[in-house]
Amino acid sequence: MSSLANLSATQAAVGCDEFPLIRERGQREVFCGLTGIIWLHRKIQDAFFLVVGSRTCAHLLQSAAGVMIFAEPRFATAIIGERDLAGLADCNDELDRVVSRLLERRPDIRLLFLVGSCPSEVIKLDLSRAASRLSQRFAPGVRVLSYSGSGIETTFTQGEDACLASLVPTLPEETADAAPALLIAGAIAEVVEDQFRRIFDALGVGPVHFLPPRRSTAMPPVGRNTRYALAQPYLADTARALEARGATRIAAPFPLGAEGTTLWLRAIADAWNVDAARFRSVTDLAGERARRALGRQRTLLAGKRVFFFPDSQLEIPLARFLSRELGMELGEVGTPYLHRQHLAEELALLPPGTQLSEGQHVERQLDRCRAMRPDVTVCGLGLANPLEADGLTTKWSIELLFTPIQGYEQAADLAELFARPLVRRLRLEA
Amino acid sequence: MELTLWTYEGPPHVGAMRIATAMEGVHFVLHAPQGDTYADLLFTMIERLQKRPPVTYTTFQARDLGADTAALFQDAARDAFHRFQPQLLMVGASCTAELIQDDPGGLARALDLPVPVVALELPSYQKKENWGAAETFYRLVRATAQPRPAPRPAGTPPSCNVLGPTALGFRHRDDVREITALLERMGIAVNVTAPLGATPADLARLGAADFNVLLYPEIAGTAAAWLGRTFGQKATKTVPIGVAATRDFVAEVAALAGVDPAPVLSAETSRLSWYSRSVDSNYLTGKRVFVFGDATHAVAAARVASGELGFTVVGIGTYSREFARDVREAAKLYEVEALITEDYLAVEAAVAAAQPDLVLGTQMERHIAKRLGIPCAVISAPVHVQDYPARYSPQMGFEGANVLFDTWVHPLMMGLEEHLVSMFRDDFEFHAEAAPSHLGPVVQPPSDAAPVAETVGRARWAAEAEAELGRIPFFVRGKARRNTERFAEERGVSLISLETLYDAKAHFGR
Repeated sequence: MSSLANLSATQAAVGCDEFPLIRERGQREVFCGLTGIIWLHRKIQDAFFLVVGSRTCAHLLQSAAGVMIFAEPRFATAIIGERDLAGLADCNDELDRVVSRLLERRPDIRLLFLVGSCPSEVIKLDLSRAASRLSQRFAPGVRVLSYSGSGIETTFTQGEDACLASLVPTLPEETADAAPALLIAGAIAEVVEDQFRRIFDALGVGPVHFLPPRRSTAMPPVGRNTRYALAQPYLADTARALEARGATRIAAPFPLGAEGTTLWLRAIADAWNVDAARFRSVTDLAGERARRALGRQRTLLAGKRVFFFPDSQLEIPLARFLSRELGMELGEVGTPYLHRQHLAEELALLPPGTQLSEGQHVERQLDRCRAMRPDVTVCGLGLANPLEADGLTTKWSIELLFTPIQGYEQAADLAELFARPLVRRLRLEA
Repeated sequence: MELTLWTYEGPPHVGAMRIATAMEGVHFVLHAPQGDTYADLLFTMIERLQKRPPVTYTTFQARDLGADTAALFQDAARDAFHRFQPQLLMVGASCTAELIQDDPGGLARALDLPVPVVALELPSYQKKENWGAAETFYRLVRATAQPRPAPRPAGTPPSCNVLGPTALGFRHRDDVREITALLERMGIAVNVTAPLGATPADLARLGAADFNVLLYPEIAGTAAAWLGRTFGQKATKTVPIGVAATRDFVAEVAALAGVDPAPVLSAETSRLSWYSRSVDSNYLTGKRVFVFGDATHAVAAARVASGELGFTVVGIGTYSREFARDVREAAKLYEVEALITEDYLAVEAAVAAAQPDLVLGTQMERHIAKRLGIPCAVISAPVHVQDYPARYSPQMGFEGANVLFDTWVHPLMMGLEEHLVSMFRDDFEFHAEAAPSHLGPVVQPPSDAAPVAETVGRARWAAEAEAELGRIPFFVRGKARRNTERFAEERGVSLISLETLYDAKAHFGR
């Protein structure tokens, strides 16, 4: 396994010039960064997300959430009104009033995010100043932070990046003489966290911290002895912020699929000098089980062609998984943003010549997709049903964010997400 | 600034999209930042439309703001025109684009396209979705509708337009079918149905009808008023929801068309009228119902609930501020105060305080009712995927009344079942916490005290009385508790005993 890891490192140095890349500008059919609130508010259980925006922002959140599961969710929108824009009301006074009312209602909240939106950015409402003002006022019970989830600055998962990056400067300082600690950055399902924690314990890797933590009162420390690994590929700003605090990144592919998980764990284990025998004894069983489970899906998916519309930045790791572990053929792999450094190890594993695209012109991309007629099209909710009506089989990309997909035990679940729409189409008679 | 958890209405540009998506042959270029494309999924996922909404978004980003967003808009509009070849181009701005003041109307006109361009002013920081839909439909009608070329030739049947149905409407698809068939049976031709299914060319023919059938005043009221002023077309005022309103509607339409309503009125009715009179429905008498929705559906539902099902309306409200007056008028009939609000929490508090037996509301009230353990039926937008049933399921007309009977009565405890639960209170299967057997297991309310909160100064309950209260079926327990406490309070009783409980029961008994 370690030889594979080394191989990937050398190939990464080659860069990704060998991939044909379509760069387009046009209509981008993607969510904005506010959407991340849907999973982040479940992840950090004592945090509240207050979007400072318009009715559109509120409508987006409730539409993207799909169902209103919670009568009183831990997110809301402070809707900017005409009076605020006309200067009849002072936006900062208004915000203080809204936040006070909110915190009175919700004494369980320990961490409040003021989330910037397109309108708040355009009117240049300074939410970071508002956050520090409100933080002082409500300290020590509640901390107030701010980040932007606006569509003009963030695409879908970049909202999580912005949120985590806003947390990093507030993390406690690790002492200089502390033992090296591992920080896993990126929201992943709790069940996956627990699995990884057990593996790290067995490997003797630790102490291990996760960002974001489940509770705001248990923020992970960070410092020069922190080694961090990304669990998600979309965390450019978070990575930069962690490095500014002295942490160093463990470069690796992402833990999707059995191979991805092994390479990710291996890179972390190497940083702790775990020997090969121990690594195998800890991971072989789960790896073998995952490959066995994937075998069943492989018979269904091998040779099938997949097309990715840009969405979550998970596209390249997913394409790598689908092609290497399930034998799928890659049509076009679209991503909203190609982070070459964080994806270097992934690109090294991608079949040479894979058609990549960055950015989007949705109409032209639809033309290409319809011309190619892939077996599976990964796309957002706005496009899925129209493509199905055209006879194409689709996979909603948002499910990839709302489902535990990382790690060994989830590898087959991840494959199943792609197999299910195909199986369904085969089952239906009329 | 207004704190909002859930909203009843989207922004006005979503209203404009509902018009564009309902129509054929139009395309809407919306100046909007990346992310506003979420609105597509309302149509493709909730309504399960097979086509994307005919909307092109400019999806500008921060880096474009320093450059030329106006050029970006013009490129998008030009490309959209060439790609989609619409008969008419609509242009507008979403909330963020409104702030950067690019003037989509002027920019689109400067392109000198060979089709009409309708520029929409959609003030996002003042108005909401239904207003946006009404304004958009009005602007389109104004830009296209032509007067009737010649008077209707003698011997041809009278004709009307059917106005208001949109994409993402609550049962609009089926209402149109039901009402169109009813009009046909009356010998009245439908000239144009709009916006649903209409092209700009169809809108141009609106003036050729004798009068307008206004199905959804929230959406087509403005356009119908303009058609009235401009072409002298009268519009119907009755919305045909329920048997009585449908009969009124038939009479009103007949008068406008100059036809005899008697054949249809004598031949047709709904099963609702008989089912409601059948002895099995006795148990529906006086069921307390709370109504909330858009103004039209709320007012209509209250009338049906009260006059056709024998319920007692204990609350009525709307999020349609523009139509608040209609709802206040209706509320007087039921001697309740109308609740005019967009605040979901205020509605929840009002439902909790009223402790109704049934909530008739929107998808939001469905959640409120679920949380409080109260049966609920949906009568109005905002909609959810469940509001697009595969079967024919109108709200309007005689068949619509059948649908209302089924969907409102179904969530309630059935007649005999209700009696059995009262008789065998401690029975292990019929126990007080049991839900209606045909509904399967449901989540029970956290407690019968609900979020009404403990009011200071209320009488205390003796253990024995509290236990007896627990044996009262849950769907009347809240009312029993409230009445008993009021009874005790009025008489200065500080400890509620078994005797107080039964005294109160006798005092308030129906």
